[in-house]
Amino acid sequence: MRGKRLFIAVFLIPPLLLYGIFVVSPYAQAFQIAGTDWSGLSPTYDFIGLDNFRRLLDDGYFWNALRHNGLLLLLLPVITILLGLFFASMIAVGGRSDRVGVHGVRGAGFYRVVYFFPQVLSVAIIGVLWKEMYAPHTGAVNGLLRAVGLDGLAVAWLGDPRFSFWCVMAVLIWMNVGFYVVLFSAAMQSIPRDLYEAALLDGASRMTTLVKLTVPLVWDTIQVAWVYLAIIAIDGFAIVQIITDGGPSSSSDVVGLRLYKTAFADGQFGYASAIGVAMFFLTLTVAAMFLRVTRRDRVEL
Amino acid sequence: MTYRISRRGLLQGAAGVAAAGTLAGCATSGDSSTDAAKGEVSAANPLGVNEDAPLEVVIFNGGFGEEYAKAHQAIYKERHPKAEIKHSATQQIAETLQPRFVAGDPPDVVNNSGGSQIDFNGLVAQGALADLGELLDAPSLDDPNKKVRDTLLPGIVDVGSYDGKFLSLNYAYSAYGIWYSEKLFEAKGWAYPKTWDEMIALCKTIKAAGIAPWTYPGKHSRYMSWPILAAAGKMGGVEVIKAIDNLEPNAWKHEAVKAAAEAYYQLAVDGFLQPGAEGMDHVQSQTEWCRGKAAFVSCGSWLENEQKAVTPPDFRMAVAPTPSLSTSDKLPYEAFRGTGSEPFIVPAKGKNVRGGLDYLRVMLSQKGASDFTRKVSSLTAVQGSSEGIELGPGLTSVTKLIDASQGSAFTWLYSSYYRKLERERVDAACAELFAKRITAAEWCDKVQKSADEFAQDPAIKKYKRV
Repeated sequence: MRGKRLFIAVFLIPPLLLYGIFVVSPYAQAFQIAGTDWSGLSPTYDFIGLDNFRRLLDDGYFWNALRHNGLLLLLLPVITILLGLFFASMIAVGGRSDRVGVHGVRGAGFYRVVYFFPQVLSVAIIGVLWKEMYAPHTGAVNGLLRAVGLDGLAVAWLGDPRFSFWCVMAVLIWMNVGFYVVLFSAAMQSIPRDLYEAALLDGASRMTTLVKLTVPLVWDTIQVAWVYLAIIAIDGFAIVQIITDGGPSSSSDVVGLRLYKTAFADGQFGYASAIGVAMFFLTLTVAAMFLRVTRRDRVEL
Repeated sequence: MTYRISRRGLLQGAAGVAAAGTLAGCATSGDSSTDAAKGEVSAANPLGVNEDAPLEVVIFNGGFGEEYAKAHQAIYKERHPKAEIKHSATQQIAETLQPRFVAGDPPDVVNNSGGSQIDFNGLVAQGALADLGELLDAPSLDDPNKKVRDTLLPGIVDVGSYDGKFLSLNYAYSAYGIWYSEKLFEAKGWAYPKTWDEMIALCKTIKAAGIAPWTYPGKHSRYMSWPILAAAGKMGGVEVIKAIDNLEPNAWKHEAVKAAAEAYYQLAVDGFLQPGAEGMDHVQSQTEWCRGKAAFVSCGSWLENEQKAVTPPDFRMAVAPTPSLSTSDKLPYEAFRGTGSEPFIVPAKGKNVRGGLDYLRVMLSQKGASDFTRKVSSLTAVQGSSEGIELGPGLTSVTKLIDASQGSAFTWLYSSYYRKLERERVDAACAELFAKRITAAEWCDKVQKSADEFAQDPAIKKYKRV
């Protein structure tokens, strides 16, 4: 017995140690730094209690950024999951049905690869790519609009505070949807085909099979996807930083970018840590909330 | 001056935050003695460099690359053959070096530049920078009878000084102005306007010819705050600019600033700005300009180097001062904004501060400076270091600009004192102004409000320009 425990411990201790040093301790330290006026350049700082958090409450730039994260949180998971489910079910069971069962749409394999494409690119490349896509004169988006005669719609997408945020959100959806198509496809593979055939025989429409059959059977996966996407929505830093850098006039700012700029551009690590702590609780709350709301009884197959 | 951010850089940045946090706990012993590396002072070694002390140099790997620095290091090595030189280059100055400042183990020379430069406000407030005054008073490498101070272009000492202490050497010299293609202007028979009325008249002509009179980087609209402030400074005198630098109440609402903002706002109102420019970054807008889609663009003298790849061979770019706003301007038409850029610092807690100073002295020698100009097509802070070097048309026009100004060049310092005020607040206000979402008067109010916020923020150290 003892030898076995030792054996397990030998394997467990190194990763736990690494996790403790590189994940838990910086987190803990962020809480401590959030209570100081540390500039990030000197070994000395003063404790100022909750001043940073008080400042946070009055910081219009922070609330503006938070509002954008809130919008992302509401819309990004819903749109991405709906699109992901739609594409995945089209690939899995969208096509004709014959004696051997239901098929995906023609070229399903091709679509699967195409949807997954953005996932292979690094975030930086996606960012730079879309920045050029949105360019007013040389960009592909406006080029396409002009080509179909919609010259009036060819505006300076990233230069207009009315559009910049939505442009960034479109990119976030585009880059994430492929992964969830693959994830949902995999989940759908495990649904027995005869269930679909039975439903079709009973006269269920494609829509009904999707809503009443597919969704309940892949619910666990959707739930996980929801939490992941919520976390991406609360972050959003890299893409925003590259495509708009929060502009114009903070119209596409997100909390992560605010944190980064406060720390590295303004040299206010204390305040930046306070933003980080606020974000930490926000992420935690949202994850807990989503898991609770999406809880459902498991369907046994 | 192009700043790119990579995912890896961002991750490193994140790791930097974490590492900084870890280090903060154990870095109380950061007071390493700086004089440990002091060597014997002699005529050949006026700064008393310890011959054995290694020297670590960190270069910002941006528009100028890092090759020029290796040449400087070779000269340093010649002078101190026993010294070992450690060279590194990065685009992430703040992320890479910030933890080392905390740990009290910074490099000896840092080229603190680029998009993620370490905020000077913080560095100065923490006393993290060595006073370079000793370097200014040391004899220059070329002429023992001449102090380094006397070899610099005017304004270099000002722009690197904080409360009277010279802490940052801005090595490159940048002239800011309005750029145009001499070829285009010759072909069309246009002449660069010396007054604002002429500018508006010419813009009409240019627009009628089917070319956008102006373009600008809407995503970095602060580029357009430069001609506004330059014109305001010329109209109302340098005092107007100093009031802005000192965050004085209503400095941005001064008549001259208002008049200048009105003038440039008119470009937007009259439709003289390239449609869509509000969505472009600096590279995109400057490329439009190089392609002849627009006649004018506001930029600094790094423009020629930055646009090297896309500039047509016979384009002949040239820079000119901002047109005079009125006949009673306090400064002549020839006055322009000229200032140092590409700051180099010697951290106070570096292990080889004297070596760092001597390295800067090497950079400021005629040999070091002219080599820089030759390699990266930029002027340096050193007088006469571009003589005898064949410069591109853009840089040639910059030297003409400097000669014609006869010492009337000026600059503002608020952007280095309070970097965020320019980078975020003025930038955002200009984006609004040139997209016609606010008027010139509202622009003044908006920027003034931000300046007041900075003036009242106790977390920001204030500097006084005299």
